[in-house]
Amino acid sequence: MKQFLSFVRKEFHHIFRDRTTMAILLILPVLMLLLFGYAINTEVKNSKIAVYDPSNDSYTRAIIEKMDASEYFSVVKMLKNEQEMSEQFKNGEVKMVIAFSENFHENLLHTGDAQIALIADATDPNSAKSVVNYATAIIAGYQMESQHLQQIPFQINTQIKLLYNPQMKGAYNFVPGVMGMILMLICAMMTSISIAREKEMGTMEVLLVSPVKPAMLIIAKTIPYFFLSLINLTTILLISVFVLGVPVVGSLFWLLVLSLVYIFVNLSLGLVISSVVNNQQTALLISGMVLMLPVIMLSGLMFPIENMPVFFQWISQLIPAKWYIIGVKKIMIKGLGFSAIIPQLTVLSGMAVLLVAISIKKFKYRLE
Amino acid sequence: MTLKYLLEKEFLQIKRNKFMPRMIFILPFVALALFPLVANFEVKDINLVVVDNDHSSFSARMVQKISSSGYFRLNKVSADYQTALYNIEQDDADVILEIAPGFEKNLMNFQPAGVLISTNTVNGMKGGLSSAYLSGIINDFSSEIRAEHLQNNSKLKANAIEIIPRYDYNPHLEYKYTMVPAILMMMLAMLSGFLPALNIVGEKEKGTIEQLNVTPVSKFTLILSKLIPYWVIGFIVLTICFLVAWMFYGMISAGGYLQIYLFAAVFVLAFSGLGLVISNYANTIQQAMFMMFFFVITFIFLSGLYTPVSSMPDWTQALSRISPLRYMIEVLRFIFLKGSNFFDLKWHFAALCGFAVLFNGWAVLSYRKTK
Repeated sequence: MKQFLSFVRKEFHHIFRDRTTMAILLILPVLMLLLFGYAINTEVKNSKIAVYDPSNDSYTRAIIEKMDASEYFSVVKMLKNEQEMSEQFKNGEVKMVIAFSENFHENLLHTGDAQIALIADATDPNSAKSVVNYATAIIAGYQMESQHLQQIPFQINTQIKLLYNPQMKGAYNFVPGVMGMILMLICAMMTSISIAREKEMGTMEVLLVSPVKPAMLIIAKTIPYFFLSLINLTTILLISVFVLGVPVVGSLFWLLVLSLVYIFVNLSLGLVISSVVNNQQTALLISGMVLMLPVIMLSGLMFPIENMPVFFQWISQLIPAKWYIIGVKKIMIKGLGFSAIIPQLTVLSGMAVLLVAISIKKFKYRLE
Repeated sequence: MTLKYLLEKEFLQIKRNKFMPRMIFILPFVALALFPLVANFEVKDINLVVVDNDHSSFSARMVQKISSSGYFRLNKVSADYQTALYNIEQDDADVILEIAPGFEKNLMNFQPAGVLISTNTVNGMKGGLSSAYLSGIINDFSSEIRAEHLQNNSKLKANAIEIIPRYDYNPHLEYKYTMVPAILMMMLAMLSGFLPALNIVGEKEKGTIEQLNVTPVSKFTLILSKLIPYWVIGFIVLTICFLVAWMFYGMISAGGYLQIYLFAAVFVLAFSGLGLVISNYANTIQQAMFMMFFFVITFIFLSGLYTPVSSMPDWTQALSRISPLRYMIEVLRFIFLKGSNFFDLKWHFAALCGFAVLFNGWAVLSYRKTK
């Protein structure tokens, strides 16, 4: 035990001696969470639109005014002819063009042949769909209003209830994901170089001739990083709740348990990388770049997992962040209890045991 | 002439590293071949639970209409709201549709009939769009039965405005068109950012920087020799990405490739310059990696790669202006998808040139031969 403790102390020295790195490790997650908490947002509002209105009558002017007054649109350009329409999206300023047919009001009253074309820049499909939906609703609303149709027969009153996130804040969806990403990358990057560095510095030899067992050595290496991660976890949670306004509806205790298991998984992942590669540069490139991609793409942080092809849904099961993000959403936002996160906890614990076993197994006694 | 020898040394170092050349070729290939399949924000196959308290022919017809719309998958019919809510908690369902008792009776008596839509809005985008689709279908249903029952009553019929939506550049609203340029961009930024960031500091840690410092090579030549290899790597990555986009997704640049290479040349120069600046300031590889990691990931999320810049709050929008990635991703999308030309994007070019001069000037100035 005494031997083990002195190893842990040695690892702590490694970290505390390098003040700059430690500062970076503690400040980085805070900055990232703050930036992403505010920046990642898919809400569409204040979209700039251009209008082509050859009729220019009271009806079309009223619709344009309605559009401009809504929070979703601001009219920035009136087009003079149809040729201009196709040029609007080229420099990316305008998101949608609204084009009225000629003699709009006249035709609407008499022949019923009045059209509005909503031309959206669909290089971003969901935004395009959203702006078209909003515009359609505004036009339909105005038409109702202008016809004074209050009591229509066969009307279905649709009441909409928004569960868990009534203000539709983007942060509710992204904060659990960003937490998962930050913890994973920081933890894995911290530990991944710990063994590789000893190899590169040549101090590995000293460790190998000592009577300590590899399992001991590896566990001693994770402990200081585990402490650092706890500090990170605390600051991340404080910022989510008090700055970004994402509540912890469910039990804080189980949220912490889930996070601790997740941190442990990532630390052991870093150890596996560390014991397989021979130099720090490769270790960092793997833990930073190669891990970053699947976490961003496959964990459900950005892209809904249910939209992926089945093959990728299977792969996403292998990604610890995926399980963590689902668990965090259940506790923090939906406010569910322990019984709801049993599957997530089980899988993450299993991963932790497996990864520690691999890193002990892969740990090489002998130098080449 | 010294530059030639220095370049030879740099390329040799990259080649001798077992991992790096493989990464340069394999990572962009794999990422661009696979990830566009994954990066899909499309809202479809929404899981629906119906709580039908009316059990009438109207309610059955409405449910039938909803499930045949293509957006919804009728997952379960629950007896009561509580069970349905449990389905949402377990992520088995996304939306609950509860039909009030007396639905048909009220409709036939010209009374408003009620339905309740409850959506899971943890993902706001999905929740918003699915409730919009559902209420749209219910509206259609009510006009449908109105038309059936009031055929002869012309007083209540009104002329409707016909709304024609059109989606330019991407008529079927497929996400791959948005994501292929985005992922291409991410690869370019990562490889041309991380690799130089690890370069100078790597020599510091190994101790070989001393040997470079005692040579009469000027700071400018030295930085140039560090920069050019990553410039070449940038072109390799870009070419691999274009090939994959064409072979796997059949996507060809609408505005030609020459323009993109021109912009990319400046972008890679700028971003590698940033990597070198970080490498100059860092004392260990770990520090360099963490700092570069911070910049790359911040730039990626701020530049509109995955979520539109226009949705961000004003201060992050302003911040995104100091990200070279933002200009480059716009350039790439505009040229690749919309066929914009150089003059549409002249300010982007100017901005990228500015970044290139700034970062590389900084890299030369911050490089210290003496401690």
